[in-house]
This record gives sequence, structure tokens and C-alpha cells, in this order.
Amino acid sequence: MLDKELRSMIGKVKDGRMDRRAFIQRLAAVGLTAPLANQILALGGVAMAEGASTYKPTKRGGGGALKLLWWQGPTLLNPHFATGTKDQDGSRLFYEPLACWDPDGNMKLVLASEIPSVQNGLLAADGTSVTWKLKPGVKWHDGKPFSADDVIFTWEYTKDPATATVTAGVYRDLKLEKIDDLTVKITFPQPTPFWADAFVGAGAGQILPKHQFADYIGSKSRDAPANLSPVGTGPYKFVEFKPGDLIRGVINPDYHMANRPHFDSIEMKGGGDAVSAARAVIQTGEYDFGWNIQVEDDVLLRLEKGGKGKTIYAVGGDTEFIALNFTDPNTEVDGEKSSMKTKHPLFSDPAVRKALSMLVDRDSIKKAIYGRAGRTTANFLNGPEKFVSKNTTWEFSIEKASKLLDDAGWKPGADGIREKDGKKLKLLYQTAINGPRQKTQAIVKQACQKAGIDVELKSVVASVFFSSDVANPDTYPKFYADLEMFQIPLSQPDPAQHMRRYHSRYIASKENKWQGTNFPRWVNKEYDAAIDAADKEMDPIKRAALYVKCNDLMWQDTVFIPAMHRLKVEASANTLRPVISGWANETDNIFDWYREE
Amino acid sequence: MSQYVLRRLMIAIPSLLGISVVLFVVLALAPGDPFSELATNPNVPPEVQAALRAKFGLDDPIYLRYVHWLNAMLHGDWGFSFVSRMNVDTLILQRLPATLYVIGSAQILALMIAIPVGVYAATKPYSLFDQIANTLAFVGFSLPTFFTGILFILIFSVTLDWLPFVYTTDIKGTGIRWVLEMIRQAIMPVAVLGLFQAASMTRFVRSAMLDVIRLDYVTTARAKGLGQAKVIVKHVMRNAMIPVVTLIALQMPAVFGGAIVTEQIFRIPGIGSLLISSILSNDTPVVMAVTFVFACLVVLFNLIADVLYGWLDPRISLR
Repeated sequence: MLDKELRSMIGKVKDGRMDRRAFIQRLAAVGLTAPLANQILALGGVAMAEGASTYKPTKRGGGGALKLLWWQGPTLLNPHFATGTKDQDGSRLFYEPLACWDPDGNMKLVLASEIPSVQNGLLAADGTSVTWKLKPGVKWHDGKPFSADDVIFTWEYTKDPATATVTAGVYRDLKLEKIDDLTVKITFPQPTPFWADAFVGAGAGQILPKHQFADYIGSKSRDAPANLSPVGTGPYKFVEFKPGDLIRGVINPDYHMANRPHFDSIEMKGGGDAVSAARAVIQTGEYDFGWNIQVEDDVLLRLEKGGKGKTIYAVGGDTEFIALNFTDPNTEVDGEKSSMKTKHPLFSDPAVRKALSMLVDRDSIKKAIYGRAGRTTANFLNGPEKFVSKNTTWEFSIEKASKLLDDAGWKPGADGIREKDGKKLKLLYQTAINGPRQKTQAIVKQACQKAGIDVELKSVVASVFFSSDVANPDTYPKFYADLEMFQIPLSQPDPAQHMRRYHSRYIASKENKWQGTNFPRWVNKEYDAAIDAADKEMDPIKRAALYVKCNDLMWQDTVFIPAMHRLKVEASANTLRPVISGWANETDNIFDWYREE
Repeated sequence: MSQYVLRRLMIAIPSLLGISVVLFVVLALAPGDPFSELATNPNVPPEVQAALRAKFGLDDPIYLRYVHWLNAMLHGDWGFSFVSRMNVDTLILQRLPATLYVIGSAQILALMIAIPVGVYAATKPYSLFDQIANTLAFVGFSLPTFFTGILFILIFSVTLDWLPFVYTTDIKGTGIRWVLEMIRQAIMPVAVLGLFQAASMTRFVRSAMLDVIRLDYVTTARAKGLGQAKVIVKHVMRNAMIPVVTLIALQMPAVFGGAIVTEQIFRIPGIGSLLISSILSNDTPVVMAVTFVFACLVVLFNLIADVLYGWLDPRISLR
């Protein structure tokens, strides 16, 4: 379907030689739904459009103080050493990237003056290089001019293994070249369809001032005074920092965006817990904004009654999933359980996997736990919109699951638990300790019991479950269980990084100290081929189709059972107009925040 | 006397060493590592994780790490936080003022309630006042601070809207306004902690007083015709206070150690909240420093209590 004919049709629609409706009808005739046709049409047009701004104030300042409540307070202010998003959030008040992501996943310019595209010649058609034009006249908070040298320096700083930055993975394979004071060319080692990873967004993109950090590159990095007192280009200037407790900033009167920022000062307070943070924002109004309010929905609804604030939601691509182990967690081979030399005794029967996916009652999980902060889904990949598959379905039915198991020869034994060839349907289901996760476990266990599957629940402290500790058997990459549930955040509006993890090349094993990313240890040649093709594919339509195919392969093989597509939840004062993107850190669009009187 | 103090200090050294070994080993054996959040971050290549572990010496054997730590501690270097990338002593000093202010005030409040109430209740045992004081004390120390804290927030912040429940360290305004704000925001945490302490202390003061008040020399003093006030204050209290002073001295380390639960509820940036957040993020150097300093304080104040004993009651000789 994605051939020349389609491309010429898109061309015709763009030129006005064919109307939209005719285009959609033509596609419907070959079995594509209208929304998908619309999607294809949008894709074929401009690759990346700049997001629109909703900013209203017409002068700089005058907004008073902005009080933010981060219940996990930032503990350091160098974004390239961040041990979590909280540190990136805090750093982003002062440092800036070249561009960031708006709520729809569109690019928004910050320190760059133009979005690179093939049309304007800044993006190489084969995807091997991108050129960024910088905004002229931008100054660091100490008055020094911002230039291409700072961009180059940030690359040198982060890629140095001795500096040990957490963003090294983004920068180490790039080559940077200074064209002139305001132009930088990035060359990629191979064609890179998603070229907006380096220098974009709060996660990895924040640019450091060369004059502050030049003497502290490599092993001396920990001694840099600017690690604790940042000098950036951002809308607010640094005043004070107490790790874990408080960050204070004041308005930057020389900020490079017109009429911004709106607030005269900013304060980010840390500590406490999510529920009381919600209370301080929604109920008493002591604070304007509360970060990451992971609180049960009925508690939030109660707080919102007649309160001074409300909850706001941002859609991203975070999926809470149950992963199935394709290897045997109970047999040890060469000092390693869940070894690739074994096959899972129960899950090697596709009927068991399919039946399990019918036993996850996503409606109940949404109703009882996530409420407004969740969406039910059949897909592992839930965003951005153009990459989301429309070919998948899910249903919850204990009867159908039972029938499926009956037909496959799994008959209930004397104790009510199904068995076949002496193997009992007994599963160990692990996750990190976290209220909603334990409740989800209980809902799944109940349904499984009714279908004759015995599920043992296990919960592991988050700091162990997510650790890289090779000696600990309870980490998620080791996966010494049959099922495990968590989420891996989709940190950028592109699925490449996220989907590449499950290529068979990256299987987690003893050999690589369980640092491989494919922890279900699922091998599918078709998937591998699609990922490899997508990594080189520059055509946005074909590329999207490849990722849709990857998602569908996972769905067919039941590698993951998506429990919930989770939304970001924040608390905001009624008068505050924050700009929150599901594709970026909460403070990534802080320059566009304002208060409506 | 000075010989006694010296000898006690010498004995303290091996016990502190022992404490530090136990703390260090337990923390080193605890599961999890400070870079856990990086494990799900796709931008962090395994080499960087390995480099970070090597940089912070996490791959060395435990005994080597202990020797390094001890050596640094003897040179006054308290360690370097994994999570904040700054010196631990700076981190602790930043948190100390809030803890001293809030916990210290709470202790003073507790004393100001416990001593008068305890003394008066003891002079009239089983009177109506004594019964009420006893009941309230019982209720007071049966209610945990996380309960009373939230109850106070619901009443005074949410319903009445009188007091703020988020403690801020950067109050705007100067002079008298600053002082008033500082007092206003500390009312709830100080009351929660102070009343809890006062409850148990009242019962302690009362029983200490009752032990003394029945002694013969008190009857003698009364027989000499001394007034009730003079008998109680000059004769009974001075002797009854000996165990109370010990109790207070042993509470002093807690003033520096902070109160984990109360600090968490009211977001007071004190030592207690530093300790709990460091434990949660596996920031071993900070946990080690805080717990070890706390151990030192306990040993020190034990010594002070013993010295005070001798001064209060010359019959106790220190040899």
C-alpha cells in the first residue's frame, strides 16, 4: 500500500489536484480506515511543524512568584548528572536546549532559530547530518554571549567517558562541526531518522556554558562550582539551591524570548509525598503547581470539590505492561536462570499467552486504580499518534480464555488448577512496590484464579527492582519470574529507542551482566528485520508503518500485555496556565507558563 | 574527675569504631544501588553505569571501602554524596538549622509542660487534676505523630486555614515579619512533637517526684515549718530532678538527629528528612555520616549525663 501510487496521491492532495475526501475514499476502498488515511496524509506533508504557542501576556514579568512543589526535590543541578527526571526538571529552570517538545509532540524552538528540514537544506536528505542555526544575541546569565562554542563544548563534555555523564549515550557517537559562531553541524555515524535527540528537550539536550565548565571536564567534573549554582540562558536566574529542599530563581530581564517570562520569581520546593502535595495545591492553594501527582483518582476528585486547584493530564506514550518470560525462570543453566538455552515450559504454548491477555481486565484496572490518568489499550506502543497501531484489539473474557485453554489441552486438575503433560499452570508474577501496581496484581490474580491459573504475587522494593546490581536476583532485567509488570517511560516523541530494546541482539543474559534491554528474551526474526529497517528508513510514512508492524508482532506473540496507557498527572492552581507535554519534562515549556487573572 | 572523663573518652573510641563497622557493613550489604534510576534510562550506556560505579568506588571490596571511609573521616572529610554530588558535611550543615529550631523548640515546649504538670500532679496524687493529667498523658503518647500531624493539618490548615503546612526556609520579609512567619509555620510541627514528648515526660516527672516526696527528710522539712512552695522547690525537686536530667540529656541527640516522620509530614528540611531521602535513594555516604554522627552524639551525651549526676548529687562519686 505504501508505494508510489500512494505517494503521488498525497502529492495531488497537497497541490489541490485531488480533494481530501476523494483521497480518504480511495484508501477506504483498499481497507484503510478514515483516521489512518488522515494520518498518512498529515505525515506526507511537512515532517515537523513548529508547535503553536498559547502564551498570552504582552509584557515581561508582573506575574508575581511561581511556587512549584516537587515532592521529590531535585538533588543536583547539572542536567548531565541527573539521577532522575527531578534533577532535569530543576536544571531546566536555568539551562536550555536548542528546542523542546510541545504538548502535541511538535518541536518548539528555544535556542535555535529554525527547525531543520530537508526543505530548508538544514537536514541531509539521507539523514546523516543535521545543521542547527542558533538564535543571535542570546546571553548567559553572567552576560557572556552564547555561541556555537558552547554547543560544541557540551558535546565534548558529555561524551568524555571520564566525565561519566548520564547523557553520554546520546552524544558519544556524534561528530560536531562549527560552521560559524551561530551554526553547528551534527554528523551521525549512520542515517538517523530521529535526529532530534541531541540538544533537544530537558532530558539530554540542556546546553552548558563553556566558560563555566571548561576547566572541569573529565575526572575533575565533580569539583565544578557551577554544578551547584548554574549559569544558564533560561528565563530565570539562579539564586539559591538546597539539595532536596529548595531551588530559588528570579526573572532574567534579558531573556531572549519576547514578553517572557511572566513570573518575577520562581521557587521549587521538595520533600513530602504526593497526596499532601496535591492537598497543598488543590485544597489550600499554598502552592501553584504540584508535580507527578500519582494519587488514586477518587482522592483527587474529593480534593477538587470546591478547591483552589485542579488536576491536569498530559498524554504521552507511557505504557504500564505485563511482560511474559520466554525462557524458563526455574531451571538454572551455567549459573543463570531464565537462560536463553531454555524455553518457558508454559508460555511456549501460544494459547496460554493469548489466554492470559484475555484475563487482564483493563476496564476494571482503569476504573479501580488509574481513573482519569489512564486509557485502556491493546498496544505496547501508544504514541506519538502516527505510530499507534489501529490493527489490534483486546478483550476481557474469562469464558473465552478458559475455552482457549481447554482446546489447547490444559484441563483442570483435582485442585482446580489446569495442567497438561504433568505441567501445572502456576505462575510467579512480580512487580515493584507501589500501590497501584499491587492493586493491579490483585485484579489479574483474581481473574486468573477463575480461569484455573494459579498466580503467586511478588513485590520487590523499587530501588532493588530497577537497580543494575548484578548480584541481586530480584532485578527486572534478570526476570526470575514468569510475569513482571512495570513501565519504561517513552522519553521522546519517537519510538526508535523504545522499540529497539526488544531486538534479539539486546537479550539480557549473564554474558552481558544482564545489561541487555530485551528482558522478556523474545526472539522474532521478522521483528528484528523491521527494527533494522526502521533505523535506516528516512521516509516518515514507511518508518511509521514499520513501527506499527513491530507493535503488531508483539501483540500477535503476546510479548507484553499492556495493562494501562498512563497519562501524566499534575496539580495546578485554577488560575495558572502551565504548558505540560507528555513528551517532555514538566518544566520543558516553563517559559510559556503564565497566570490568568 | 578529669581522669574519669578522660577514661570514659578512651573507652568511647573502641565502641565508636565498633558502631562504625556495623553501620558500614550493614549499608554495604543492603540491596540496591544509588544509580538504580539509570537502569531504565535508555540514554545511559552500560559503560557509563560501570564508570560511575568505579568512580564512586562501589566496586571495591567492603573492607577497602571501610578503610577509605575511616581514613577520610579521621581527616575531617565526611564523604561525598552520590546523589547530590556535594560534600556531605555541607549537606548536613544546611539541614541543621531547621532541625535545631523545630526539634529544639519542641523539647523546650515539652519541658515547659511536663515539669509544672508533673510536679503539681505529684503534690496532689489521685486528685482530680492528677487524674486528668494522667489521662491526657496516656492519650498523648498513645497517638502517633503521623496521626496527630495529619489531624492538625486537616483542622488548622484545610478547614480553618490559619496555618501553612509546608515549611519554607526562605521566608520573604525581614525583621519582625520574618520572626512572626517563622513562628507561625513552626506552630504545628512543634506542637505535634512537643505534646507527644510532654506526655511521656509528665508521667516520668510525676513518678520521680512521688518517689522523693514520701521520704523522711521532706517530712522533717515540713515539721520545721517551711512553706509548701519552699519544700517542693528547694527540697523535693532538686532531688527528683536527677533522673529527669538524665532523660533530657539522652534526648539531646534526638534534637540533632531530627524527627523523620514529623519532618516528612510538614516538609521540614531537617536531618530526619535528609536521612530518609538518602536511605530511599541509596545515598550511602550521607546515611553513613548522619547515623555515625548520631552515634557519636549519643555516646557524648551519655558521658555528659554521668558527669551531671556527680554534680547534682555529690554522694555519687566518679572514679
